[in-house]
Amino acid sequence: MTYSSIIYQGLWKSNANLVQLLGLCPLLAVTGTAINGLGLGIATLLTVLTSNFIISLTRNLIPQEVRLPIFVLIIASIVTAVEMFIKAYYYDLYLILGIFIPLIVTNCFVIGRAEAFASKHRVDYALLDGLMMGLGSTLVLVLLGGFRELVGYGTLFSQAELLFGAAAQNLTFIVIEDYRGFLLAILPPGAFIGLGLLVALKNWLDHKLAKTAQFSLSSQIEGHEQFS
Amino acid sequence: MLIQKMLHSAGMLTLSALLGGGLVAFSFEVTDQQIQANQRAALLRGLNEILPAERYDNDLFTDLSYVQNQTLLGTEKPVIVYRARKAGHPVAAILTPSAPDGYNGEIRLLVGINYQGQLEGVRIVSHQETPGLGDWIELRRSKWILNFKDRSLQNPLSNQWLVKRDGGIFDQFTGATITPRAVVKAVKNSLLFFQSYRDQIFK
Ligand SMILES: Cc1cc2nc3c(=O)[nH]c(=O)nc-3n(C[C@H](O)[C@H](O)[C@H](O)COP(=O)(O)O)c2cc1C
Repeated sequence: MTYSSIIYQGLWKSNANLVQLLGLCPLLAVTGTAINGLGLGIATLLTVLTSNFIISLTRNLIPQEVRLPIFVLIIASIVTAVEMFIKAYYYDLYLILGIFIPLIVTNCFVIGRAEAFASKHRVDYALLDGLMMGLGSTLVLVLLGGFRELVGYGTLFSQAELLFGAAAQNLTFIVIEDYRGFLLAILPPGAFIGLGLLVALKNWLDHKLAKTAQFSLSSQIEGHEQFS
Repeated sequence: MLIQKMLHSAGMLTLSALLGGGLVAFSFEVTDQQIQANQRAALLRGLNEILPAERYDNDLFTDLSYVQNQTLLGTEKPVIVYRARKAGHPVAAILTPSAPDGYNGEIRLLVGINYQGQLEGVRIVSHQETPGLGDWIELRRSKWILNFKDRSLQNPLSNQWLVKRDGGIFDQFTGATITPRAVVKAVKNSLLFFQSYRDQIFK
């Protein structure tokens, strides 16, 4: 186990949303805009980070037989606390993400990390895993939200003030002037199509990377043969 | 042995329940006041968009009453009426009716009507209409909702309180007539309600 392999797993190889396809419910529901995606991403990141930390810390105390109810308890408490803090300090964002924050409890990716990783590894590894898995998920949420917002509304980062305060009001890019909107991208099917495209893009990149790796490997072997 | 194991598991479960409960209680303690303040501020911001704060001098949150009228206010539940007064004289009422016949469930509104029966303004509180089709009623998407300001039951006349497609004066949206039709009807009904019950409201 190395730090770099955890980073690679979280951001790319086992990306929660692109590879494991976990947590689709909130993913599909809130990614209407980039900022909404970012908001839910940050909330999820905070949750998985804290839950990994607590579960890794207590991993030797938790009896094997009751670990699942305990994980659920821990995660549900964290999400409730996160929800309250968002409601207290980012109220406008709460009004948009509202019902999707409690859904993080049922986001199987959080309990998945608890079960598959945090309960078996050191605290520093677990923290890094939570951070990277959360970041990997946030990236996908923002990409998908940005894509749908661009195609659906013709803007990017609208309502950034919900997250970053009034100063961010002019962060909105109106990419296409007088855009009439493309409904499909905003409605739920748009989320499925967008996610499908992202998954395809990742697979294509992986395929290409594997090909170049293979190529350099085989040319290395050929080189050896020539020498011998 | 078994008993011991059971007790251990139960003990650990209880302990985590206590810790989880503690975390939630602590967060509640820290955030509760702020959350309540936020909710009030958000509501007041909505009310003041319709009726600027300098127009009245009473506290809207204490000077309110409940009215009930399913035909005109769109819900069988009691509906809040905020009463704005200045120096004791009635200025305007802000009703919180619902439009029950939106495309997808009820649309909740704030409807401000001054004492003379003119609209001070209308805002959407919540709705589940289709994004991109029905959500043009929201101010952040279009200015359509501002078109109600200063209108009354005389402006336009009663038979013109309809969307254009039905022979009235209010714009519908391309491909979405149901949502604006529901809102126009609910606003008109609020005016009718106010006309009939104004004096009871301000009593
Ligand atoms: C998926 C879908 C969602 C719709 N959402 C709305 C809506 O939110 N509000 C609305 O007025 N019409 C909505 N419509 C359109 C209505 O079904 C109806 O066709 C339209 O309001 C009638 O407008 P028209 O009389 O101008 O043709 C939707 C249609 C579909 C297929």
